[in-house]
Amino acid sequence: MTTSHDIIVVGGGGAGLRAAIAAAETIPGIDVAVVSKVYPMRSHTVSAEGGAAGAIAEDDSLDEHAYDTISGGDWLCDQDAVEIFVKDAPKELLRLEHWGCPWSRQPDGRIAVRPFGGMKKQRTWFAADKTGFHLLHTLFQTSLKYDGVHRYDEWYVSKLLVDDGRVQGVVAVELTTGRIETITAKAVILTTGGCGRVFPFTTNAAIKTGDGMALAYRAGAPLKDMEFIQYHPTGLPFTGILITEAARAEGGYLLNKDGYRYLQDYNLGTPTPTPVLRSMELGPRDRLSQAFEHEVAKGRTIDTPYGPVVHLDLRHLGAKLIDTKLPFVRELCLKYQNIDPVTELVPVRPVVHYTMGGVHTDIDGATPVDGLFAAGEVACVSINGANRLGSNSLPELLVFGTRAGRAAAWHVFRHGKEPTQAVLSQAADERRRLQKDVLEHDGGDERISAIRTSMQTTMEESAGIYRSGDSLAKAADTLGELQERLPRAALDDRSLAFNTELIAALELSAMLDVAESIVASALRREESRGAHQRTDFPARDDNRFLAHSLAVREADGSCRVDYLPVTITRWAPGERVYGR
Amino acid sequence: MADTIAMEVARYQPGEDGAPTMARYDVPLRKDWVVLDGLNYIKDEIDGTVTFRWSCRMGICGSCGMTVNGEPKLTCATFLTDYAPGPVRVEPLANFPVIRDLVVDIDDFLDKLSEVKPWIVRDEAPLSAGEYLQTPEQLEEYRQYSMCINCMLCYSACPVYGLDPEFVGPAAIALAQRYNLDSRDEGAAERLDVLIHPEGLWACTFVGDCTRVCPKHVDPAGAIQRYKLTAALDTLKHYVLPRGGR
Amino acid sequence: MSVRQTATAVRGRYQPRISLWWWLTKPSYLLFVLRELSSVFIAWFIVFLLLFVRAVYQGEGQYERFLDFAANPFVVFVNLVALAFVLLHTVTWFVLTPQALPLHLRGRRVPGGLIIASQYVGWLVVSAFVFWLVVGW
Repeated sequence: MTTSHDIIVVGGGGAGLRAAIAAAETIPGIDVAVVSKVYPMRSHTVSAEGGAAGAIAEDDSLDEHAYDTISGGDWLCDQDAVEIFVKDAPKELLRLEHWGCPWSRQPDGRIAVRPFGGMKKQRTWFAADKTGFHLLHTLFQTSLKYDGVHRYDEWYVSKLLVDDGRVQGVVAVELTTGRIETITAKAVILTTGGCGRVFPFTTNAAIKTGDGMALAYRAGAPLKDMEFIQYHPTGLPFTGILITEAARAEGGYLLNKDGYRYLQDYNLGTPTPTPVLRSMELGPRDRLSQAFEHEVAKGRTIDTPYGPVVHLDLRHLGAKLIDTKLPFVRELCLKYQNIDPVTELVPVRPVVHYTMGGVHTDIDGATPVDGLFAAGEVACVSINGANRLGSNSLPELLVFGTRAGRAAAWHVFRHGKEPTQAVLSQAADERRRLQKDVLEHDGGDERISAIRTSMQTTMEESAGIYRSGDSLAKAADTLGELQERLPRAALDDRSLAFNTELIAALELSAMLDVAESIVASALRREESRGAHQRTDFPARDDNRFLAHSLAVREADGSCRVDYLPVTITRWAPGERVYGR
Repeated sequence: MADTIAMEVARYQPGEDGAPTMARYDVPLRKDWVVLDGLNYIKDEIDGTVTFRWSCRMGICGSCGMTVNGEPKLTCATFLTDYAPGPVRVEPLANFPVIRDLVVDIDDFLDKLSEVKPWIVRDEAPLSAGEYLQTPEQLEEYRQYSMCINCMLCYSACPVYGLDPEFVGPAAIALAQRYNLDSRDEGAAERLDVLIHPEGLWACTFVGDCTRVCPKHVDPAGAIQRYKLTAALDTLKHYVLPRGGR
Repeated sequence: MSVRQTATAVRGRYQPRISLWWWLTKPSYLLFVLRELSSVFIAWFIVFLLLFVRAVYQGEGQYERFLDFAANPFVVFVNLVALAFVLLHTVTWFVLTPQALPLHLRGRRVPGGLIIASQYVGWLVVSAFVFWLVVGW
């Protein structure tokens, strides 16, 4: 069966919903489909806690927000994009206010802003400690009033249809029935989020498997700056639940297996009983993560079923302070990991948090493939450079979701064309592939979960916080082997109805492609910058690498890495100012 | 503590099974494992066909609601140790059609959600006018009702919804009330028109289980009773002052 | 607007049925049904009161007959059961009031416990008044 819309938005999170609304508002009567593998309000935007940056305070300015973003990103941000971003961010946050987002307020009723790591002024808008949740539900509920927005809830897109140099639609599986359908369109916007699940320990939800990145990569769009993976120093092992910096700001200690505050051994100051800004536990995030790696190497971490951890000790703060200042931390520990920080040590370790890289787009979300757009974490514009600042990701998905939605709508209006015959036969091939090669495939004895675990372990060991040429080359080989093993994995589940194992197989295939692009890009970047730390090239090298990497998929499936100069407008590269 | 626990999981394959059957699996019993971790263990290690929804594993995405030992629960926040020595019985959420195993069809809720107009109704001011002012007290007035994660535990606990699927239901009415009480909204009258019918507000008999099972303390039961009071006063006003209108 | 082809989707769904005895499956459901049932007994009390008023109005003979009727062991039993139900109704509604009627005093929400307590106080005051009316001290 074939259906058709003007625009298909793949992904129903913050960026996708914002793009859909923007498209519907730009061209009245336009027909937008939001195709998402989960109900939109389940999307991972929902998990963002901290807030959304937008300069509105009287002592703040757009230039300062831009500078914080650029220096925090170790000068790998495109400055033209950042300038647009900081200018549009407050407007977008205000629009969300008009749509009902319950932003926290000052006593006089105006929006409240608060400080946030890396931002030198107070510019983070927040909705208590559930900003992403409120933002997503506001967008979802608002989207319900647009008749032009049609939802395909719980449909998984397995392929982009590209012919004649332009994208013309998708092939998607309806989970409920197993029906495989061709949906054609004059433009496609990818808003599927990042790929944190390529790694074993991540704050990312189970759905963040890099699907959109793989779709674009296979369709010929390059993936930009994929080597930059942001770690957060204190996540709960196993669940990956994030324990906010506030826990350390209130005076929490990080201890190794000897109960020793090990950060003092890594040039992060001397221990004091009460917290000191920018010292010890309040040092920069990446330095804390790196110190953890050194402790592992020295054998001074604690072994658990989930690998090595260190302890976050909050016990000395007492129940009263924890309940008044850190209630959410205690709630998360108690409710989801069965640990009480008032009486117990909290096991923590660095966890993957965000992918700075993504599908290469311009400032309107357009990719090099005609008619294909991307926005949000799946895309790389780039405003995050080598390291994203906290509270920039929510405004990013609003600003660039809107721009992509508008640009796609105009694209349809001006250049929209009907699908070619070749594309329909491509779709038929894809349907056959899903049916024969995946669902009915009798392969060998490989299990999907085993291949997935190998991939995650490989990525953690070789492309984690520290990388080296040797470890990355080895990882590339291992990933190649896993790619060969994947077709030998047979599904237990042959049912058409809600076959989550089929989806898991397709997701794993996407993750392997994305993992290869991460490793290839990391291998080629022979310098250390932001989140990319090479032990064999410990310094930043602006002569060779003040450039974006572009991972391009060759016809044989291998990954070629090209470079694109960074756009510098007003801020010459300087020392990176470590934000906290 | 024993090192394993038995899980009894409801299995239903459409087209093959007439009704769900129970299958038994032994999973590791660990202090930090929740029911959802047990299910993932089964899927990854024992039987890849066991089917359920999940995503964030931190109680905010609303995907993993199921019936655990007869109670609607978010399985990411329900520890296996609380059911030791077992067995733990995991079934799909009650009151919904079962698509497969532990996956239920919630489209009915989404249709009803749209009906109650869960968005700000008013002529939008230009952005240049700045934010609509809202004091922390005004925010507090609806904040609780804005915490709904659409996990559907309340529908599963509501016998009225079970007996009469036409009932608009706890979460949708609570979300309507969330917008009614928002100082920026002007759509209360439109929403009341939608909810004043017998399958709307008045179908609720105040069993109160929706509030008891809500993992986010939204208190849909309270929202509905408050709403009834508003509706009753509104109707009364309509009789007393037929010309005054609303 | 959700796109879903219901024709194919609905086929094969398992539609659970609610048992006739659903209200016995959970203590909270049982309590709810008992609370709903209490309305019958409240109605009975009102009828009983009306009968009493009519008897008083019709004179001494009727009044004596009413007293005999009221002293019938079966009627006493019914009244005791009714009293239990009315108490259940009262107590459960007191507990539910703060949910249905959130009060605000000077911009702050009155705590639920206070609302419940004030209802008990009101109840006591009314009971004391009735007691005074009937017993005379």
